[in-house]
Amino acid sequence: MERDTRPAVVVGAGPAGLCAAIELKRAGAPVLLMDENAKPGGQLFKQIHKFFGSQEHRAGVRGIEIGKDLLRESLDLGIDVRLDTEVVGLDPNLKVWAVEGRRRSYTLDASRVILATGATENAVPFPGWTLPGVMTAGCAQTLINVHRVLPGKRILMVGSGNVGVIVAYQLIQAGAEVAAVIEAAPALGGYGVHTAKVRRAGVPMLVRTTIVRAEGNEGVERAVISEVDGKFKPLAGTERTLDVDTICLAVGLTPSIELASLAGCRTFFVPELGGHMPLHDEFMRSSVPAVYVVGDIAGVEEASTAMEEGRLAGIHAAFSMGYLDSGEMERRTADTRRRLRALRQGVFGAKRFTAKERILAEKEKECP
Amino acid sequence: MKPGPELPAVNRVTRHAVLGDLEPLREVTIWFEDRAVKAREGEPILSALIASGVGILRYTKNGSPRRMFCGIGRCTDCVMSVDGVPGVRTCVTAVRDGMRVERQEGVGRWAGEDGRDGA
Ligand code: FES
Repeated sequence: MERDTRPAVVVGAGPAGLCAAIELKRAGAPVLLMDENAKPGGQLFKQIHKFFGSQEHRAGVRGIEIGKDLLRESLDLGIDVRLDTEVVGLDPNLKVWAVEGRRRSYTLDASRVILATGATENAVPFPGWTLPGVMTAGCAQTLINVHRVLPGKRILMVGSGNVGVIVAYQLIQAGAEVAAVIEAAPALGGYGVHTAKVRRAGVPMLVRTTIVRAEGNEGVERAVISEVDGKFKPLAGTERTLDVDTICLAVGLTPSIELASLAGCRTFFVPELGGHMPLHDEFMRSSVPAVYVVGDIAGVEEASTAMEEGRLAGIHAAFSMGYLDSGEMERRTADTRRRLRALRQGVFGAKRFTAKERILAEKEKECP
Repeated sequence: MKPGPELPAVNRVTRHAVLGDLEPLREVTIWFEDRAVKAREGEPILSALIASGVGILRYTKNGSPRRMFCGIGRCTDCVMSVDGVPGVRTCVTAVRDGMRVERQEGVGRWAGEDGRDGA
């Protein structure tokens, strides 16, 4: 097979994109890794908690350590990493339009494009939500763990999924007080291990509770919360006021699919994985065969699954470009797939597994 | 205009059970309006300002205060005028020694513009 010498372009240098680029480079394929940020790693460097999974998923290792290892590996391999480089356009013929340093604009023709653009935190509007002091949980997490700055002293966390409970705990580790974690659903959402830590720290965990409004003049001074009925409507007479200076929102993430849409990738609605996302097959190929989607853009999961998806796409792209034979591709992806399967077990994992299966089935039906 | 006293860093996480003590980095000085702010080399403007207790980073054209929301360059809540250029996302723009950072109103204005908004 003739080898394609045009580069594979990986967009996004988080866990998924780094792994995709590493697999491509290992196979000897030309690859460019682009990221709009000044530093690679995506959101890995704010993950200071230990990851789950088995030994081979590096369970018990903190996200920051995994990030450092991936960076070292990509450096050792000599991957062409272009930082401060925002991909602002992508057409179905794989012309990539990049802007470097917000100054220099150029285009290039890619042989494959792997989109690892991640996800964006959701907002939830309520009276007072624009006040200084209301922010996403990820914003607070970046400040405390990456920049070592406390955004506030007394915090209300809205949302009890993994992001909510992990960031609540990390805020305590950074020296803040968490007044409460509230959850509109009847049950807490995060993994038991994370939830238990927050509870042990003495933080009230209030289910069937929502935020009604934020109060304050120049910034948050109080949060008014209330219990909700089965339809998430506030119950009259249950309002309570908490003295807090910060309200963190951990109410889910939505895949960042802009570039996939520009490239013409068909999307599908999967609420349990964050909303609309590009369809993909078992090798992470979208409906545009030369465009792969990996990590949170292909359904919001975790860094560990994102890394395996990145590997899967990287290996397959290298094969389709002629740098691996089919036997080698099968062998390498079999490992990845087995690890992915193992990461999607258990109560939470099984739900994600079923959702992923729906995406594959729809892809098969829509674009066989 | 006489510069006001330096804004001290009051919100630094200096000790941390997992991350250890904050490692010393070269300091640079930026100007938040007329106040000097010490920043850690390489950090975003936003984190230096929050570390120094700045509560409001800009006002909308209706005078409503804003600070930050996403912290990673997605939402534009944190935009300020930096060295005379308005609309700079301070959460993804690194500090530079001597940088001048000012609050803007609405879309702000370019240095030298004679009082009219760009819009
Ligand atoms: S806080 Fe959202 S862009 Fe800076």
